[in-house]
Amino acid sequence: MTASTSSYALEVVNLKKAFGGLTVTQNVSLSIRPGERRLIIGPNGAGKTTLFNQISGDLRPNSGTIRLFGSDMTHLPPYKRAHFGLSRTYQIITLFSSDTLEHNITLGLLGLRPARWQMWRPLSFYRDMAAEARRALDAVGLLQLAAHPISDIAYGERRRVELAMALAQKPRVLLLDEPLAGLSNTERSAVKSLVASIPRETTVIMIEHDMDTALDLAETVTLLNYGRVIVDGERDAVIADERTREVYLGT
Amino acid sequence: MQFWIIQGLNSLSLGGLLFLLSSGFSLIFGLMRLANLTHGAFFMLGTYFAATAMRSYDGLNIWVTALGAGIAVAAIGGLFERLVLTRLKNNQLGQVLVTLGMSFIISDACLMLWGGDSIPVPTPQDLQSPTRVFGFVFPTYRLVLVGCAIAAAILLYVLIERTRLGAMIRAGVDDRQMARAVGIPVSNLFTLVFCLGAGIAGAGGVLGGPILSAYPGLDADMLPLALIVVILGGIGSLLGAFVGSFIIGIIYTFGTALFPELAYIILFLPMIFVIAFRPQGLFGRIGA
Amino acid sequence: MKWIGAALLAGSLLLPPIFAGDFYVNLASQILIAAIFALSLNLLVGFGGMTSLGHASYLGVAAYISALLTSRYGFGHGAAAFLSIAGTTAMAAFFGVIALRASGLGFLMITLALSQVLWGLAYRMSNVTNGDNGIAGLTRPSPFGLSLDSPISFYWFALIVATFALAMMTIFVSSAFGSSLKGVRDQPRRMAALGFNPWLIRWFTFVYAGFWGGISGLLYVYYHKYIHPTSLSTTSSAEALLGVIAGGSGTLGGPAVGAALVLLLKNYVSAYLERWNMLLGLVFLLIVLVMPTGIVPGVSRLTARLRGGPR
Repeated sequence: MTASTSSYALEVVNLKKAFGGLTVTQNVSLSIRPGERRLIIGPNGAGKTTLFNQISGDLRPNSGTIRLFGSDMTHLPPYKRAHFGLSRTYQIITLFSSDTLEHNITLGLLGLRPARWQMWRPLSFYRDMAAEARRALDAVGLLQLAAHPISDIAYGERRRVELAMALAQKPRVLLLDEPLAGLSNTERSAVKSLVASIPRETTVIMIEHDMDTALDLAETVTLLNYGRVIVDGERDAVIADERTREVYLGT
Repeated sequence: MQFWIIQGLNSLSLGGLLFLLSSGFSLIFGLMRLANLTHGAFFMLGTYFAATAMRSYDGLNIWVTALGAGIAVAAIGGLFERLVLTRLKNNQLGQVLVTLGMSFIISDACLMLWGGDSIPVPTPQDLQSPTRVFGFVFPTYRLVLVGCAIAAAILLYVLIERTRLGAMIRAGVDDRQMARAVGIPVSNLFTLVFCLGAGIAGAGGVLGGPILSAYPGLDADMLPLALIVVILGGIGSLLGAFVGSFIIGIIYTFGTALFPELAYIILFLPMIFVIAFRPQGLFGRIGA
Repeated sequence: MKWIGAALLAGSLLLPPIFAGDFYVNLASQILIAAIFALSLNLLVGFGGMTSLGHASYLGVAAYISALLTSRYGFGHGAAAFLSIAGTTAMAAFFGVIALRASGLGFLMITLALSQVLWGLAYRMSNVTNGDNGIAGLTRPSPFGLSLDSPISFYWFALIVATFALAMMTIFVSSAFGSSLKGVRDQPRRMAALGFNPWLIRWFTFVYAGFWGGISGLLYVYYHKYIHPTSLSTTSSAEALLGVIAGGSGTLGGPAVGAALVLLLKNYVSAYLERWNMLLGLVFLLIVLVMPTGIVPGVSRLTARLRGGPR
C-alpha cells in the first residue's frame, strides 16, 4: 500500500472486470512512466473506455490493482482520485450547458480547493480563481467566449473547454477519452496542437479511434482486443508488429 | 400456541394481499420506471367496489367481483395512462406527481361516494366455516387468500417468463431503446402493463375486503407497505415482491400484535437494514 | 423594473398589519410559514435535484417535539425550541443517510416511506402523541417578554423569521457550496471526477433543508397552538411540493409564491368545497401537464417580453 518509491505515474496490475458472464477486462497490466504520452488503441468493444472507467473509479474492478504514483487507488471513489492528481475527459461531453465557459472552468478549479465547502461566500469572491479560469480559457484560445453559456458555442469549442477544465487542475495524470471524436478537420488540428502542448509534468493517456491523427501524439502505444493487452511498447514497434495487423485486418 | 398459529396465518394472508398489491407496483416500476403512487388508491377502489357490490347483491361470488373490479380498475388505469402519463414521457418527476395527484382525486372521490365510515365486506358464505387441520382451527378465507396469492404469483411468473408477451415485457425492462428498435410496441406495452398492474391491485382490493374493510385512508395505509415491500424485495423482481410481501406480512402482523404502538418502527427496521446493506433490495437487479 | 417589484413585495409584506383585518393578517402569517417550508424543500428539489415527498417529516417532528416538551414536560419555549430543532436536524441527518443510498425515484420512495412511518407512529403512539386527537392547548412563546398572541404581533414575528430564513437560504444557494450543489445536480459524474464529493454535498443540503423545515414547523405549531398527525401526512408534503413546482423550482422566490397560491387556494376552496384533496390532485395534474416550469418563470418571461419587445 505504500510503495511510494515506485517510478511509475500509473500502474495497472492484472485488472479484471466482468459483467455477469462477459469479461470485459482480462488481466490487463500497464506501466506508464511520468511524462509519457501513451495511446490506447483497439477495435470497438475492446474494453478501452471500460479500462478508463476503472482507472478513474467510475467502475469497480473484480480484481487487480491500480496505483497512482505508487499509491493504491483501487478502492478509492472517483473524487478522491482527483485529489491525487488524476483528471479525465469523457467521450460524451459533460459540461454545464447553461453556465458560462468561465463558470465551467471555475468549477473545475473549485473541486480541489477547500473553498468548495464555503457556505457563506459566493464564487465571485475568489478573484484568483476567476483569473486562473480565464488564463485556462486563454490557453485554449477561448478567452473571448468566457462570458457565453456553453449552449451557445460549437461542438469543437466545447471539446476545448473540456480539455481546459481537465488541464486547469494541473493534473499529474490525464486521461483523454477520444478527444478528437466528432471534430471537423480544423477543430481536430486545434485540439491536437493543444494536446501536444500539454506540459511534461502531466502524464497523458489517450484513447483514440482516429489513429492517423493520434499516432503523432503518442510515444508509446498499447493495443487492446477483447479486453486483453495484445501489444504494448514504443509506437513504431507496435505499429510494425504483426499482431497489430492481425487485430485490425482480421485473420 | 393458538396465538402464534393465528398470527402466523394472519401474516401469511396479509403477505398474500401485499403480493397482490405490490406485484403490480413492481411490474410498473420495472418496465415503465414509474413509481405509481396511485397504486394504493387502485387497491382501495377494488375494496369499495366489493363493499357495494357484495352488500347489494347478497351471495355475489367474490371471484366474479374480483374479476369485475379488476377489469374496472384496469380500465380506469388505462385511461389515466393514455390520457395523462403518455404526455409526460421524459418527465419522470411529472409522472410521479400526477400519480400522486390521481391518488388524491380517487381517494377524495371515494370519500364523496361512500362517506367517512368504514364499510365491512362480507366474507363469502361458502368460505365462512373454519377449516380443521391437525386439530387446529383456521379461518378458511385467510387460507384461501394465501392460495390466491400463490396462484397469482404462478400466473404472473408464467406470463412473464414463458409467454411471448412476457418476453417483450422483459426486453422492455432490460433495454427500452433496443426493444423499440427491434419493433416491440413499447408504448402499447406500457399501457398494457399499467392496466395489468392496476387490475391486479383492484382485484386484490376485493379479496382483501373481508379482512380489511373499505375505509377512507386504506390507500394511505397500503401504499407505504407496497413501497417497503418493493424496496425490500427489489424493483422489477416478481420473486422479490413475493418474498418481500411475506416478510413484511409477518413483521407487520406480529409487530402489531406484540408491540401495537411500535409496529411502524418495526417495519422501518428491515427497510433501513436492506437500504444500508443492499440498496438494490434482496433480489433487485438495478438501482432505481 | 426590479425596484417596482421590490416595492410591491415590501408593500404586500409590510402593509397587511396596518390596514387589513385579523383574518387577513392571520392568512398572511400562514403564507409566511408555508413559504419557509416550501423554500426549505426547494433547497432539495430545485437546487439539489432531489425530489422528496417526505418533507413534512421535519415540520411535523419539530412541531410535535415543541408541543410535547412545553405542554407535558414543562419546558420553557426557548429550551423547547432549541431541543426541537436539534432533534429535527439530527433526524434529518439520519434520514439523509438512509435516503441518499438511492437517487431519483428510489430516493423519492424512501423519503415517502420514511415520512409515512412517522405519520403512522404519530397516530398509533397515542399515549405519547395523543393520536388522532392531536395535542391542543399549546402556547406561543414570548420572545424578550413580548406576547405573540395577537395576530399582528405574530405576523411581525413570522415576517422576521421568514426574512431571516430567506436571507440564509439565499446565501447558502449563492455560495461556493451552492455552486457545487448545482453542479452535482446537473452533472454528478463530472463533479466527482473534478474532486467534489457528491454524496456529502447532497447530505449537507438534506440536513440543512431539514433544519429549515423544522423552523417552519415551530412557527406552524406556535401559530395553530395545536398539532395533529395530518401535519406529517403525504398531503402536507405534497402541498409543499406543489407550491415548489407551481411557483418554479429553478428560482429562489418561486416556491414562496407557489406556496402562497396553494394556501390561498386551500383557504378559499375550503369555504365552498369539502373536497380539497381532490382539487389538490387536479391542480397537480394541471400544473404538471400545462405549466411544468412553474408560474414565476412563466411570468418573468412574460414581463421580459413586454419590457424588451420580442427577443
